[in-house]
Amino acid sequence: MDILQIVIVIGVLMLIAKPLGDYLYHVFSNEPNLTDRVFRWVEKPIFALIGVKQRTGMSWKRYAFSFIAINIVLVAISYAVLRLQSGLPLNPSDIGNMEPTLVMNTIISFITNTNLQHYSGETGLTYFSQMAVIMMMMFASAATGFSVAVAFVRGITSKGKSLGNFFEDFVKAHTRIFLPLSTIITLVLVALQVPQTLDLTLTITTLQGSTQQIAIGPVASLESIKHLGTNGGGFFGVNSAHPFENPNPLTNVIEILSMWALPASLPFMYGRFAKSRKQGWVIFSAMMILFLVFLTVAYTAEKNGNPALNDLGIDASQGSMEGKEVRFGMAQSVLFTAVTTAATTGTVNNMHDTLTPLGGLVPLAEMMLNVVFGGKGVGLMNMLMYAILAVFICGLMVGRTPEFLGRKIEPREMKLIAVAILAHPFIILAPTAAAFLIDLGKGSISNSGFHGITQVLYEYTSSAANNGSGFEGLADNTPFWNISTGLVMFFGRYISMIAMLAVVGSLVRKQWVPETIGTFRTDNALFTFLLIGTVILIGALTFLPVVVLGPIAEHLTIR
Amino acid sequence: MSIMVHEGQEGRSGGALFWIALRAGVVFIILCGIVYPLVSTGLAQLLFPHQANGSLLRDKDGTLIGSELIGQSFTDPSYFHGRVSSIGYKAEASGSNNYAPSNPDMIARTQASIVQWQQENPDVLIEKLPIALITNSGSGLDPHITPQSALVQISRISKLTGLSEAELASLVNEYTENRDLGVFGEKRVNVLKLNLALKEKLGI
Repeated sequence: MDILQIVIVIGVLMLIAKPLGDYLYHVFSNEPNLTDRVFRWVEKPIFALIGVKQRTGMSWKRYAFSFIAINIVLVAISYAVLRLQSGLPLNPSDIGNMEPTLVMNTIISFITNTNLQHYSGETGLTYFSQMAVIMMMMFASAATGFSVAVAFVRGITSKGKSLGNFFEDFVKAHTRIFLPLSTIITLVLVALQVPQTLDLTLTITTLQGSTQQIAIGPVASLESIKHLGTNGGGFFGVNSAHPFENPNPLTNVIEILSMWALPASLPFMYGRFAKSRKQGWVIFSAMMILFLVFLTVAYTAEKNGNPALNDLGIDASQGSMEGKEVRFGMAQSVLFTAVTTAATTGTVNNMHDTLTPLGGLVPLAEMMLNVVFGGKGVGLMNMLMYAILAVFICGLMVGRTPEFLGRKIEPREMKLIAVAILAHPFIILAPTAAAFLIDLGKGSISNSGFHGITQVLYEYTSSAANNGSGFEGLADNTPFWNISTGLVMFFGRYISMIAMLAVVGSLVRKQWVPETIGTFRTDNALFTFLLIGTVILIGALTFLPVVVLGPIAEHLTIR
Repeated sequence: MSIMVHEGQEGRSGGALFWIALRAGVVFIILCGIVYPLVSTGLAQLLFPHQANGSLLRDKDGTLIGSELIGQSFTDPSYFHGRVSSIGYKAEASGSNNYAPSNPDMIARTQASIVQWQQENPDVLIEKLPIALITNSGSGLDPHITPQSALVQISRISKLTGLSEAELASLVNEYTENRDLGVFGEKRVNVLKLNLALKEKLGI
């Protein structure tokens, strides 16, 4: 039954990914189509309000400037809201203002689509902050990532010079994708028992006669965009493990598909833009093959359970149940974990800190690679970056000038790609090492031994990959962690995005090279495996040593 | 591709772009941060008021006794017990200890649970004790136990309440929820609902 339910979910994903990719293409191709007729009447007043008259194409620099500008505006307003939240409306539980380093961490976390949370939603945020800051940024960061990815795809596939208009992409991502889908999913989730109310925390007398306070709130409207936007920040501290956020296996499946469908459909959108559906299939297959390998490792490890508990003589046939919920069991917990770190959502329905060493290695490795589907847009961009690298390496081996989609790959692009690829391990490994050198870092570790190394490593990997899940035992709400992870999230998001826009800005200026018999093909099965090989090679070279120190050493000690 | 760079537009200053960004920021804060959640709340309250307000559970006198989604702490041995919760099922702030599989405190906690189990259930072998019952759930609020975890508690509850084991087994059966759509998730028993039914059966 476990295998069957996993296969069904993956099957449904395959069914929706391609048509959704076609839809995304129609939204962003800027050629007249049916979606215009449905949505133009909403978009017209929005464009008028924000002052966009002519939606003219932008160079990569203007595109980058525009997305950074809107991010700055949202950050500034949100900072003010969180610092002043106790005096703002909708604060029935009388929650205080947030402390400055925690505000900094929270704001960066949400604008970068990371959603690492050093606060606990029940006690740290008012309903107004949950709505006007958290939910709003979940939309904005997803739309930003999507827009930049679309600009990147336009750049490498079109013969034109422009990347499109940022504000047009940003508005359409809201009006044609995230707002309508979120509203529908919200209502489906409410029908399946996720609460949506502005009432106070409930106080009740339990069956045994004691008092229980139950935090509640506008949960469903956050839940839908949290997954659709691959954000991952929970309304409650324990995120989607909380029965109000994820009350039954069916909501679990809906949440998995919500966070997975858009990232999985982007390769197909790319195939449409490239006028070669095979290009899309190559990218999608590479992602899916890597995903299935990771899923299998995690499932086997969790099902085999924790040897230390299995030895106690109890009935441990169910597998490792510490930190998991009964309604989800093994299959729905492991699938959720594999998808949330693949799609860099970071929502969790079980506690990753409690996973068996090899089970915990899987989410860690998926975030280190950061290309297995990947978050809103960024995963596709990273995968294409590896595709260019693969072409470059193969070109060197056969002694030809490498080309990708009809454009020559030259030193300028390779330098920028090297910066983007090296920045990721650097902002993970350097702060991890630094945290072990000082007590401010070491002191927060809650599980001693090798697992402690993994706790710190996971925190920075999650920040750099803009994932946001955590080994939550780590006592991370301190100025040290708030500031250091804040910086890592910031660099993790903006370095690669700007570098990738610069790559494409340089590519669009080049002459189109016609395809000949000697052109290295990037649309066949061979290239899929070269791509997977490149990803694994780079990932293993950079991360294997630290992985051996953490999860693998822990596995060997409790085996 | 219909987009072309118009030189005149391209020359627009950074200040003009920033002004657009500022206006867009305000528009989307209102749209996504205020209109969307409030409209969602209105629709949810209108269409599904029971679910939207937390699926609250009342006993036969109509007294509010909790939410069917949120587990409660049961320590009285004549009730069915739920899973371990490091926060004691306090639902104002969810959480758990996040014990690593190699954490000695977790091993000690589990061993203590086994000792307590043997005291309360002397006639059930510990080989029968399901791991789910003595591990901490992720949320600390898990409302469910596995059907097996309920069945192994029957002999204790039968002795303390006087209800026959067969009667209790059929009660557990009645309150065992199937997998969603027959495939997704696990079979499970809602502890609060089961205990509510048990209480009504005993007439207290």
